[in-house]
Amino acid sequence: MASLDEFRQSTRAWLEANCPPSMRTPMPQDEVVWGGRNAKFKNPDSKVWLERMAAKGWTTPTWPSEYGGGGLSKAEAMVLQEEMARIGARTPLNSFGISMLGPVLLQYGTEEQKQEHIPKIIRGEIRWCQGYSEPGAGSDLASLGTKAIRDGDYFVVNGQKVWTSYADKSDWIFCLVRTDFEAPKHKGISFLLFDMASPGVSTKPIQLISGASPFCETFFDDVKVPAKNLLGDLNDGWTIAKRLLQHERTMISGFGLSGSRPGKAMPLEEVARQYHNDGDRLSDPVLRDRIAQFKIDAEAFALTSRRSAEEAKESEGPSATSSVLKYYGTELNKRRMELLLQAMGTQSLGWEGDGFEDSELDTTRGWLRSKGNSIEGGTSEIQLNVIAKRVLELPDIMNFVGKKK
Amino acid sequence: MKLTLNEDQLMLQASARDFCQEKAPVSVLRRLRDEKDPLGYDPTLWKQMSELGWTGMAIPEAYGGYAFGYGGLGVILEETGRTLLASPLISTVVIGATAITLGGSEEQKSSLLPAIVSGGLTLALALEESGFHNPAKTACEARASGDGYALSGNKVFVLDGHIADKLIVVARTSSQPGDEHGLSLFLVDKDADGLEVQRRWMVDSRNAAAVMLNNVKVNEDALLGEVDQGFELLDRVLDVARIGLGAEMLGSIQQVFEGTVEYLQQRMQFGVPIGAFQALQHRAADMYSEIELCRSLVRAALNALDEQQEPKRIAQLASAAKAKVSDTFFTVSNEGIQMHGGIGMTDEFDMGFYLKRARVAQQTFGDAAFHRDRFASLQGF
Ligand SMILES: Cc1cc2nc3c(=O)[nH]c(=O)nc-3n(C[C@H](O)[C@H](O)[C@H](O)COP(=O)(O)OP(=O)(O)OC[C@H]3O[C@@H](n4cnc5c(N)ncnc54)[C@H](O)[C@@H]3O)c2cc1C
Repeated sequence: MASLDEFRQSTRAWLEANCPPSMRTPMPQDEVVWGGRNAKFKNPDSKVWLERMAAKGWTTPTWPSEYGGGGLSKAEAMVLQEEMARIGARTPLNSFGISMLGPVLLQYGTEEQKQEHIPKIIRGEIRWCQGYSEPGAGSDLASLGTKAIRDGDYFVVNGQKVWTSYADKSDWIFCLVRTDFEAPKHKGISFLLFDMASPGVSTKPIQLISGASPFCETFFDDVKVPAKNLLGDLNDGWTIAKRLLQHERTMISGFGLSGSRPGKAMPLEEVARQYHNDGDRLSDPVLRDRIAQFKIDAEAFALTSRRSAEEAKESEGPSATSSVLKYYGTELNKRRMELLLQAMGTQSLGWEGDGFEDSELDTTRGWLRSKGNSIEGGTSEIQLNVIAKRVLELPDIMNFVGKKK
Repeated sequence: MKLTLNEDQLMLQASARDFCQEKAPVSVLRRLRDEKDPLGYDPTLWKQMSELGWTGMAIPEAYGGYAFGYGGLGVILEETGRTLLASPLISTVVIGATAITLGGSEEQKSSLLPAIVSGGLTLALALEESGFHNPAKTACEARASGDGYALSGNKVFVLDGHIADKLIVVARTSSQPGDEHGLSLFLVDKDADGLEVQRRWMVDSRNAAAVMLNNVKVNEDALLGEVDQGFELLDRVLDVARIGLGAEMLGSIQQVFEGTVEYLQQRMQFGVPIGAFQALQHRAADMYSEIELCRSLVRAALNALDEQQEPKRIAQLASAAKAKVSDTFFTVSNEGIQMHGGIGMTDEFDMGFYLKRARVAQQTFGDAAFHRDRFASLQGF
């Protein structure tokens, strides 16, 4: 433990010396750094902060140092996280490369693929998007129909994806394609990586109910993808796809921590006090009870997330329990947003313009956005199915009525 | 009175449905929103609504109305809820006309009610002063001044405030904020000196405004009902509003639910319509049961108005209906999104409009918690 203490001290000193003061303040939505070829740094300090953290590999603390990662043990990474939280340091880089693709690239990628892609993810040079869902393949992802046909050194990709978050802002896509049309649906899928600037790729933004346009329809028209960009074995993409979903679900479950993580968002009871002009004790007994109920669940959830991370073997990462966390975390976040509306009254029901604070309008839109939490990354229903089948090993009705394809 | 619709009401329902679906589908609200329409409603539609007699539904024949009753008005409101029709129907007809009918002098009735029937007068109730419904807490002050009163205070969430020709302002003539006694209602002209009305852009794209009264002078004859006794009148008017809004919400709920059930039948995943999954079936069946209960409460409450039952009984039904319908709209609007998956999250699809409307309607004239509390008090526990 002595070495861990030393690590803590040196980390603390480094953060003190290197984290710019403005990076120790709560991060507005429009200052979130996503990286990429067209990276935007609304606050110039966030570029400095990203570069310093990336140089240490601390945008991805536990990834191997040979590819530029931090090379930290889980315990050290926890210390880093705690020390960052202590000074309210912002996450230097958000990306699907970090939360989703990187871990499976490290697990399934060839040496050449890792060398090519991992460092660029760590430094935020390439922004990735996720080409999974299609109009006909959502919950039943394995029924996807985007085709990739081998032609010499290339795959030629044709088809359509939908709900591709940030496709219009991303540089590369990790994409599920069908490469065997005769095999059972899970056995004919491959996992391709390609440049969104390739000829034949086009995107069309879709507006969300919150007013933002973060996701797209993505079209592929004879897109030529070098064969070396196949991740894993041909027709074995489903294994990787599922593994990536576990990482994604663990990431999304983090929404459930926003109610209990200090410094992230104003605590519900504080909001209720402000809007009801209350002293310490909340005057509305119904609201008080609901907030207490929420906070108990939020704390229990945070503890469960931690326990689950501790239990996961250092090498193995997330398992089917990622579905429990994804399910509970997102339902919890939706509850938190509904409670905010209740605590703020009609001030939470504005859309734009005078009469509403920015923080109030952010709440309204954040509430609307939160409805997607229990849909993206696999719906709540699908998580419950996974828990029932994989964790509880309950029988699948499809096996009895002979519907299973 | 029966809890089912009579023949006249069924005909009214059919014609109201045709009108709303053909002339005022959700795309009308979408256009008003996208174009940031300065009025926030379509005056041509409003004129047609008055020509159909909707503005005179619950107004006595003596004042030019059609005395079709609140039952009839409720049928119409349900249909407007199905397509989220934005109009001054609730603020002017359900609230304004009711306030004048119940509390107005002969003079006020004969000058104002016919104008409402003809579609030539719009009204808005300026009541709320904070983000939470609490009429007794009204602080806006009305001081005796000369032959009349001088009104000062700030109002928020005044539905249709910026398009109203006249405001019904709830103000305090005596006692303290928190007391039911001491409130009075005043009719104030939109261009009265010292009155400022600012539109607010709400999440449901419906009209609301902030109203600032700075020493607004009104004559004695602006008083609606008795001085200091306004709470009782206000509460009766609000109960009509709660029931009327409940009917509108019921229409929206049914629209969302029916659309969702249709989607469960159509959308294929895993080689079957998703409606084949019991996880979804049971939730749909549960919602169906809740909606049936809502329908009964709303209908019973509308009947109670037409039967002119005791205000206390009406109040109980109004609170029961508003509480139940608010909870059900919450559930159904959430499930509507969830059961549609990704498509439900898109602005292009109408579901989001109903979700947004649900939260505003839930909080309007008291949310479910407010009404459960009030219901308990009315029942003496
Ligand atoms: C904000 C947001 C961002 C997204 N970003 C991305 C992205 O970047 N990349 C990407 O590829 N996808 C993305 N998605 C898509 C997401 O993964 C899908 O929307 C999701 O998997 C559901 O698929 P679907 O929309 O087709 O709904 P459907 O699968 O059609 O589901 C409709 C309803 O049926 C239910 N259902 C389906 N099957 C069952 C069953 N067996 N048992 C019980 N209920 C069932 C569902 O739970 C849901 O309630 C995003 C979605 C959202 C909302």
